Amino acid sequence: MMLSLTEIVKYFHRGSVNEVLALNGASLEVKRGDFVSIIGSNGAGKSTLLNCVAGCFAPDSGSIVVKGTDVTSWPEYKRAAYLSRVFQDPLRGTCASGTIEQNLAMASRRGKRNTLAMGVKKREREEFREQLATLKLGLEDRLKDRAGLLSGGQRQALTMLMATMVRPDILLLDEHTAALDPKTSAQILELTDQIIHEQHLTAMMVTHNMQHALELGNRLVMMHQGQIILDVEGDEKKKLQVQDLMERFYAVRGETYSDDRALLV
Amino acid sequence: MTTYAFLGALEQGCAYGLMVLGVYLTFRVLDFPDLTVDGSLPMGAAVSAVAITNGVDPFVALFIAMGGGFIAGAVTGFLNTKLKILHLLASILTMIALYSINIRIMGRPNMTLLGQDTVLTPLLNLGLTPSVAAPVLFSGFCILVVILLIWFLHTEFGLAMLATGDNRQMITSQGVNTDFMIIFGVGLSNALVALSGALIAQNQGAADVNMGVGTIVAGLASVIIGETLVGCRTITRALIAAFIGSILYRLAIAFALSAKLGAFRVTPSDLNLITAILVVAALTAPKLKQRWAR
Repeated sequence: MMLSLTEIVKYFHRGSVNEVLALNGASLEVKRGDFVSIIGSNGAGKSTLLNCVAGCFAPDSGSIVVKGTDVTSWPEYKRAAYLSRVFQDPLRGTCASGTIEQNLAMASRRGKRNTLAMGVKKREREEFREQLATLKLGLEDRLKDRAGLLSGGQRQALTMLMATMVRPDILLLDEHTAALDPKTSAQILELTDQIIHEQHLTAMMVTHNMQHALELGNRLVMMHQGQIILDVEGDEKKKLQVQDLMERFYAVRGETYSDDRALLV
Repeated sequence: MTTYAFLGALEQGCAYGLMVLGVYLTFRVLDFPDLTVDGSLPMGAAVSAVAITNGVDPFVALFIAMGGGFIAGAVTGFLNTKLKILHLLASILTMIALYSINIRIMGRPNMTLLGQDTVLTPLLNLGLTPSVAAPVLFSGFCILVVILLIWFLHTEFGLAMLATGDNRQMITSQGVNTDFMIIFGVGLSNALVALSGALIAQNQGAADVNMGVGTIVAGLASVIIGETLVGCRTITRALIAAFIGSILYRLAIAFALSAKLGAFRVTPSDLNLITAILVVAALTAPKLKQRWAR
């Protein structure tokens, strides 16, 4: 098993009037090579689940095991040896004041100790150029440009590349196309699918877009009120349609649904 | 301005240049406004003065002073990262604590080094006058430190430090412990500031617990003047700019002190006001320029 989440409970602002139960005993087992899309309405706990895996905060109870190692109490930076991430905000994944090659150099050492050797080595540049060429954005001729000069889509593509330069055991994608325009969003999704398939990566992708969740990945997980209420994979997942998801969702909730319909589709 | 005043400004600019490089590290590289420097500058002076009067070689005394400064900065970094105290407040706490500590180090509020050997003694023995020896030696120190910092900020470790100041989330997810980076970086910065304080004390022949007042503002002013006039497109350029900014700042101060408007003269006690105005002007100038351009 690549990742085992067991009975994760996470409160925010515990003990105050603003107390929120973000994860209410969520459990999930992710196999090697799984590409899991995670959907759910606002506040369902999707991002909290991903952040718990990444180590942004420790859960109040429950355990997180990656490749047989219990990482529940590990700080975020230590988990980087196993995980890589792409964020919703394109600005968060790259260092704006650093050049493209410096960003790539830092990503090429993910999880390794930084030494006093030169930050960008000559022999690395050629590799960087080749890898950037695969993005087909012309970035291979702009190694010395600052990442801050790139557009949101370019930065997100660069972040995708950086997240997978050193093969991660688990790739975490947190609504990584939500801040992009529809055309760029589609390009980044295509790139995501391509990289995950070529490298046979294990990935978890949070999305608000049901269509994306259905198109990508071999497995689909739906969350509601901090719990996992639906988990389908393989052929069963292929047959799913947006309509099915809506029905399953409202059946579980048993509530009025006019408000959330807009958010889910 | 007389030649004497010019050489004096050059000497000060070089001696404080190391402090400015330290301020550049925290303020620009780590994005950590660090007021510890107001305490670590006199700390460097106090430590080196006590070491020299106890018979330690003046050059060795510089290293001891740097060690003291590093610890002071690391404490600020620790308060901020591990105890979650706001960076500005953490550095103010260390700064006021250092006031007491510095008096403890010296056993009194100030200390003279009259008649003691200093780092300048070997140069004076070669027949150089103090007004030439000091700028030569101190600029040598600055150039060496600038070269070392340029190298350091281009290493893997240095890149990770730059990224810590720019995008903490990104570099954390690359596996870098940013808490350590901040503690080490603020420590390194204050080691340079303490070195600067040690050189100043050895040069003026005295250490005083109040000599650090306004250090941060002078440092910021120097960094900003350098950036504005020399530029900061690359790290190399920005570091050279910080050093040159330090000299230009001291020259500007010397010029202001020599200026006369009828019966009105600027006195040294006016310098903090002038510096504060200078920093405000430098910080707001880019925004005003944008507004006029429209």
